[in-house]
Amino acid sequence: MNMNRRQFFKVCSAGLTGSSIAVMGFSPTAALAEVRTFKLARATETRNICPYCSVSCGVLIYSTGDKSKNSQSEIIHIEGDPDNPVNRGTLCPKGAGLRDMIQSKDRLKWPEVREAGSSEWKRISWNEALDRIAAHMKADRDANFIAQNADGLTVNRWPTMGALVSSASSNEAGYLTVKTLRGLGVTALDTQARI
Amino acid sequence: MTNHWVDIKNADLIFVMGGNPAEAHPCGFKWAIEAKKNRKAKLVVVDPRFNRTASVADYYAPIRPGSDIAFLGGVINYLVSHDKLQHEYVKAYTNAAFLIDEGYGFEDGIFSGYNEEKRNYDKSTWKYQMGEDGFAKVDETLQDPRCVFQLMKAHYARYTPEVVQQVCGTPKDAFLKVCEYIASTAVKDKVMTSLYALGWTEHSVGSQNIRCMAMIQLLLGNMGMAGGGIGALRGHANVQGITDMCAYSQNLPGYLSAPTEADKDRTSYLEKRTPKALRPNQMNFPQNFPKWFTSLCKAWYGNAATPENGFAFDWLPKLGGPGDTLAIFHAMFEGKINGFICQGFNPLSSVPNKKKVGDALARLKWMVVIDPLATDTSEFWKPHGEFNDVKPAEIPTEVFRLPATLFAENSGTFTNSGRVIQWRWKAADGPGDAKDDTEIIAALFLRLKAMYAKDGGAFPDPILNLTWAYTQPAKPSPEELLREINGKALADVVDPKDPTKVLVKAGEQLPSFAMLRDDGSTACGNWIYCGSWSQAGNNTARRDNSDPSGLGQTLNWGFAWPVNRRILYNRASADVAGKPWDAQRTVLKWTGTAWGGNDIPDMRPNAAPEENVMPFIMTPEGVGRLFSRELMAEGPMPEHYEPFESPLDNNPMHPNNPKAKSNPAARVYKGDMEAFGTAKDFPYVATTYRLVEHFHYWTKFSQINAIMQPEQFVELGEELAKEKGIKAGDKVKIRSNRGFIKAVAVVTKRIKTLDVDGKKVHTVGIPIHYGFKGATRPGFITNTLTPFVGDANTQTPEYKAFLVNIEKA
Repeated sequence: MNMNRRQFFKVCSAGLTGSSIAVMGFSPTAALAEVRTFKLARATETRNICPYCSVSCGVLIYSTGDKSKNSQSEIIHIEGDPDNPVNRGTLCPKGAGLRDMIQSKDRLKWPEVREAGSSEWKRISWNEALDRIAAHMKADRDANFIAQNADGLTVNRWPTMGALVSSASSNEAGYLTVKTLRGLGVTALDTQARI
Repeated sequence: MTNHWVDIKNADLIFVMGGNPAEAHPCGFKWAIEAKKNRKAKLVVVDPRFNRTASVADYYAPIRPGSDIAFLGGVINYLVSHDKLQHEYVKAYTNAAFLIDEGYGFEDGIFSGYNEEKRNYDKSTWKYQMGEDGFAKVDETLQDPRCVFQLMKAHYARYTPEVVQQVCGTPKDAFLKVCEYIASTAVKDKVMTSLYALGWTEHSVGSQNIRCMAMIQLLLGNMGMAGGGIGALRGHANVQGITDMCAYSQNLPGYLSAPTEADKDRTSYLEKRTPKALRPNQMNFPQNFPKWFTSLCKAWYGNAATPENGFAFDWLPKLGGPGDTLAIFHAMFEGKINGFICQGFNPLSSVPNKKKVGDALARLKWMVVIDPLATDTSEFWKPHGEFNDVKPAEIPTEVFRLPATLFAENSGTFTNSGRVIQWRWKAADGPGDAKDDTEIIAALFLRLKAMYAKDGGAFPDPILNLTWAYTQPAKPSPEELLREINGKALADVVDPKDPTKVLVKAGEQLPSFAMLRDDGSTACGNWIYCGSWSQAGNNTARRDNSDPSGLGQTLNWGFAWPVNRRILYNRASADVAGKPWDAQRTVLKWTGTAWGGNDIPDMRPNAAPEENVMPFIMTPEGVGRLFSRELMAEGPMPEHYEPFESPLDNNPMHPNNPKAKSNPAARVYKGDMEAFGTAKDFPYVATTYRLVEHFHYWTKFSQINAIMQPEQFVELGEELAKEKGIKAGDKVKIRSNRGFIKAVAVVTKRIKTLDVDGKKVHTVGIPIHYGFKGATRPGFITNTLTPFVGDANTQTPEYKAFLVNIEKA
């Protein structure tokens, strides 16, 4: 946004005269450099997809920072992607609230455990959480793995661990989860798609 | 979807039943509005509620929840008895002419082969008569009383408009009006598309609801056409993709049915899943099953999968029974599951009978919740007043809660309902110490692998040999994973007709599943995604939205499975000679030497029309099925059965046969049958539904969505409200035989009282989105009320039709 010369003099007329500002080294362009611009103009635009319904609308995510090394990005705005052939820039009332989902006060930030019988959560480190879970998994698998059924047929399954998999994670995450769980012998496996 | 979102704009009639896209899929529904505006298409809605889709429809008809098959069976009867059929299509492209085994029969609601004790069928008579030439016998005149057409005609002759009115409560004239709309698309140049969602799937007869529409679309010649097909409007943004990856027990990625205890070895496993063509000259594409399966084994076990060990066949776990959500929670309830990983899933809210689910979780030794949010499930052990009335000291489950990133905080692909796979780019890091799902799974796996390598344990081979050649083993990248899913050549892939000709060099990404081999020379994590990351690069990231045909195909945007095909069965959009049924909407045509047009042909590209290769290449018949042989649990043709909780004393179609009241082949666990209520105590039909402002149990965590729809309510019609003395805004208590919830009453004209089988039936609508966690006002979980029973084929729970009582709280 630029002011023309007439507007500039009008703004200045309340105080110093325009000519004296100019004498002091201010030119219209330099003065206007102080006007606050839209944050979006400086934001980084990233293409993504709304995770809610299966229309899978394209979205443009605007974040602060330029993604340079060690810079922190904060998502400040999300809108529909006008290039996406399905939604053509639109979002519905669900998708219009996406930023509030990302910034929900209920986001989990660190691993926690609720010990048996306890009434509260306790913050723990990733290492402690993963070590304890892996130890539980191995102990249960070793104790309950069925290599052969009653007829002597090789079945190689671990029937005592169940897993439910998200339909909102990516194909790549879903594939890796399936590959890993089948590799462990899990057969009690399902996804949200069922329900 | 057989077609895709944008293609809805090509329809002449949009028939919405079992869905409410104006509220549940608003941005996809805009294409229905485009069709109305630009080509004067009609929109017809059948639903228990006059919902927002109905509010912009050309015609709306009410229906009692759980009576869809009676309605659609009536439509089939109307089409056949009024001769509103696309004759050439039905004759050539469906199994109408196929002759059925003499032993097949249907009597008073039960098909041949029923075992009442086991609640299942011996399906050995639900099959074709086979000729001496090894092919199914046909009668092209469609006159033989044993041909599918005649059996179908007889089966649905019972579904008269009067019977439809009696069972569904739909006034006869409204039903006939809907039939007229549908029948108008039997001509070659008029097309109907069908849009459905959970309103069809969430019934104990869910799959057969959809089978009805498949039959109707085949009779009308609408499958394979632009603006036609069947649109399954699915749930989450990647519910299609996660289904394709088969994150469920009975299939391996790409819908390869998983080994069970009935499979003795690799040879017999493959033989059972590799069908022989049932008619001459058919493509019978599933004959390639061994190539898809072997390539998957190579992707997972690499060099350890050898011809000598049957490509590690025995390393895959063999199923010992069902592994669906209801089965898992029932096993947990019985104390048969010790540990449970719950990744981005809120089952305490989303699985029926909350009390049973909570009790089941309390019997676990440990549970791991991987989620971006503090879900209700993660706090099943924590008291939240009357919304979650539990005593932590009595719950011994150790619960871990691991923070995961959200969509905006990681990269990778989502697959939309129209099978289009699209790449997403990461915009920012997650909060605090949140990690990507891939990183969490990798961390657990690498710990287990190290422990098995060091200490040994139960059968470590599949763990130690699982391929894990990621650049950073602790952080497999989405790019590496998609390349693995697509697959590559492990040795030179040569032309089978000319072994000197190398089609794909060793190490290169595969361009399509046509290159897959069953000798171990190719690896592919999911055959239907082959081509998504070819040697040309990441095809899912393509962003050219040009649309030269004007049909909205955008073939250079993302990548659709299979092989970038946008409309399935598109060979059926042209007549037997290869000429489009409607030149204005040409999807495919025979050019004299090859198939060409505006899509990737769903046909061998050089299959000349006179070769008689039929369009439904994924069936061994080559044609669409009006009679589904032994493929469905409860019968080869859909039959109306009452919901397990019905307001009626019997099935009006079979009033004297209690065996045929509800789905005779549905699985009901002990304890759950007893937990069903009857109309005496719970006189009103309840159906759950969704609001435009919310998505499942997820947006309640988002402030703005919580502001828009802050509190749980139930919707009831004016007549019921008057009868019960309930006014809008009153707090009411809704009870089923499994528990109660309290909510605000919303009284509307949208739900009408219907006359069903001589009786007044009131329906109560219950939105699902609330719970005791999140930014919305703390409330009850709707699934406290719902019954623990599912569809006989898919085990999708019956959320859409059950019984409640209602009173002022």
